[in-house]
Amino acid sequence: MRIELTEEQKMLQETVRRFAEEVVRPRAKEIDESGEFPRPFFDQAGELGLAGVSVPEEYGGAGMDTLSYCLVIEEISRVCATSGVILSVNNSLVCDPLLKFGTEEQKKEFLTPLAAGKKLGCFALTEPGAGSDPAGMRTTARRDGDDYVLNGNKIFITNGTDADIALVFASVDLAKKHKGITCFIVPADLPGYSHGTHEFKLGVNASGTTELAFQDLRIPARYRLGEEGDGFKIAMATLDGGRIGIAAQAVGIAQGAFEEALAYSQEREQFGSSLSSFQAIQFYLADMSTELDAARLLTWKAAWAKENQKRFSLEAAQAKLFASEMAQRVTNKALQIHGGYGYTKEYNVERYFRDARITEIYEGTSEIQKMVIADWVLNKA
Amino acid sequence: MAVLTEPISEKTEVDAGTGVDFSLTEDQQLIRDEVRRFAEERIRPGIAERDREHIFPMDIFQEMGEMGLLGMLVPEEYDGGGVDTLAYLLAVEEISRVDPAVAVTMSVTNSVCCWPIVHFGSEELKRRVLPDLASGKALGGFGLTEPGAGSDAGSLKTSARRDGDFWVLNGEKAWITNAGFARYFVVVARTNPEAGKRGLSAFVVPADAPGFSVGQPEEKMGLKSSRTAQIYFSDCRVPAANLLGDEGQGLKIALATLDHSRLGIGAQAAGIHQRALELAVAYAKERVQFGQPIAANQAIQFKIAQMATELAASRALTYAAAAAEHTPRAGRLAAQAKVYSSEAANRACQESLQIHGGNGFHDDYEISRLYRDVRVTTIYEGTSEMQRMVIARHLLQK
Repeated sequence: MRIELTEEQKMLQETVRRFAEEVVRPRAKEIDESGEFPRPFFDQAGELGLAGVSVPEEYGGAGMDTLSYCLVIEEISRVCATSGVILSVNNSLVCDPLLKFGTEEQKKEFLTPLAAGKKLGCFALTEPGAGSDPAGMRTTARRDGDDYVLNGNKIFITNGTDADIALVFASVDLAKKHKGITCFIVPADLPGYSHGTHEFKLGVNASGTTELAFQDLRIPARYRLGEEGDGFKIAMATLDGGRIGIAAQAVGIAQGAFEEALAYSQEREQFGSSLSSFQAIQFYLADMSTELDAARLLTWKAAWAKENQKRFSLEAAQAKLFASEMAQRVTNKALQIHGGYGYTKEYNVERYFRDARITEIYEGTSEIQKMVIADWVLNKA
Repeated sequence: MAVLTEPISEKTEVDAGTGVDFSLTEDQQLIRDEVRRFAEERIRPGIAERDREHIFPMDIFQEMGEMGLLGMLVPEEYDGGGVDTLAYLLAVEEISRVDPAVAVTMSVTNSVCCWPIVHFGSEELKRRVLPDLASGKALGGFGLTEPGAGSDAGSLKTSARRDGDFWVLNGEKAWITNAGFARYFVVVARTNPEAGKRGLSAFVVPADAPGFSVGQPEEKMGLKSSRTAQIYFSDCRVPAANLLGDEGQGLKIALATLDHSRLGIGAQAAGIHQRALELAVAYAKERVQFGQPIAANQAIQFKIAQMATELAASRALTYAAAAAEHTPRAGRLAAQAKVYSSEAANRACQESLQIHGGNGFHDDYEISRLYRDVRVTTIYEGTSEMQRMVIARHLLQK
């Protein structure tokens, strides 16, 4: 048992923090309000190696471990949760499955530009009628000679407005339910591929979330990731890893809000003394820091387990569940400590409060995490 | 920015001595497994009767002493176990999983009696008392709290006056675990009435010292087979060599001891939490209602998922605090581990009892005892409120 980063990890953390403070923070409020997808941020992050943190160098990545990846997502999310999720999706939901399930040819053609940040990826699983239950999806892929022809719609696709490459899940046989689901690598410039415009949301507002539509979209069979029917397995394995990224995002959001609340409580005076001199405020801060540390430890533990090829499905679900609900509580208290000012756009905490909310929903709702955890504890442990 | 363009490619070759590592050493696993087996075989039998009849299991403590479980952190040169803090916490957790009342006697002897003697006692004192404590020939106790001085330990009134080669103690201490069974107590008393918090000193008081006496056992809500009573000093004479540290260091020693011992309560809470979860899982799978095991209900599944997740958080905080024990963050981390783990364990017992329905309210079911036993974990060795004060003080210090 050792909770101490390596020198390399500490350097990475410092480097990313500086990048976050200098480049990401100044635009965080603006992109939240405009909803404009921060492509320049993604390009710069790519140059730093942040688009494919855990992808080996030979495929354009930074070749670092899973915990390093968590540090990146935490540091970016600490100043801008939108930027955090953009990176998390590219890393966890696009690069990871390509690395794990892709052929050498697919890795060279798609993974390398994605991991280097030259191209942006998105992950297209959810449909209007298939959220937590992907087996209910209606998007189809029909084999036609050496090609597949895709038809259907996807919604809530992060990075969707700007993605160059989409991982698309479609069914080769709707009657087979989840056993028909197959994953495809789809370049966004193919005829028949279209995406919607930016949709305003409660939080993470500039993440390019939109719908995708495929109309007789023809792709070569060599763009299929894994075999026919492997899609469900690929999606579930990918989301296991993605949950670690979202847990790290939640920790980053909470850390950002906590730091602002801690500082504000010491500056703001009422009744002739600082807010921080009141025990009620002190106890809020104590609980916030305790839960924050617990969430970070659970996240690091899941990352450590994944890195060391141990079971991490349970650990990732626990980290995601705990960290996201923690972030919701911590940002709520941070706003409360700011009082009326916290409710205004003058301060950042209202943005943190809104941004935290989605972490309890995407990449598996809290309820899905509890189903996963209960299954482990009741049936597998 | 070079770090990102020059990646760490050979992950496996990174120095084994750095980096985050959540694994247990072989020794730690061995200790945990051995203590778990011992607890199941030797402590579990008779537990309900001991609880009902308030029987203090001296025979169990003799065995635990022989196994080295009562002086685990005492260096081997004083006949102790010489293990690391995490190994000790794993042992506390395993004992608590079976009998939290046995665990509190274990924790008190190890953490608040042996520990301050190891760290603040003179060489002569250590040689005189530690071998007996570490081997279970003598149990230990700790006397800080008084009827009028609980969380505000600095206001205590028990006095110690120097008289030649002796200190003469007068006063009383309340809520003393192991009173009546322990042979040595670490006691904090006022040596300088003028000096406020700096006027306190810590002593090792033998139970056979003249002027020392023990009150009637307290009737408690839980931990019924552990013994709690007042202790009294009436011109109680203690050799001058039994002073811990220097005169005036008593509060400092007491607070350092509590920083350490909070980890033990974190581990105790995690052990109870683990058992509450196990009992809930087993009961939910076997109890059939509406034609199926109640575990088939999502409401029950989600309670279990929540309990399991919070347990993982408790352990992570407690183990991480142990790993950081000698760093400047140690005080805050120990307080975080204690407040979180104890409150989470209380919630877990509450939910586990709820899953048991009416049976959980019955003395025949283990969860009803755990529900009573767990309650004190948010109170002793610093209430939750004191932990939050400690954490906030650390946060606001910068």
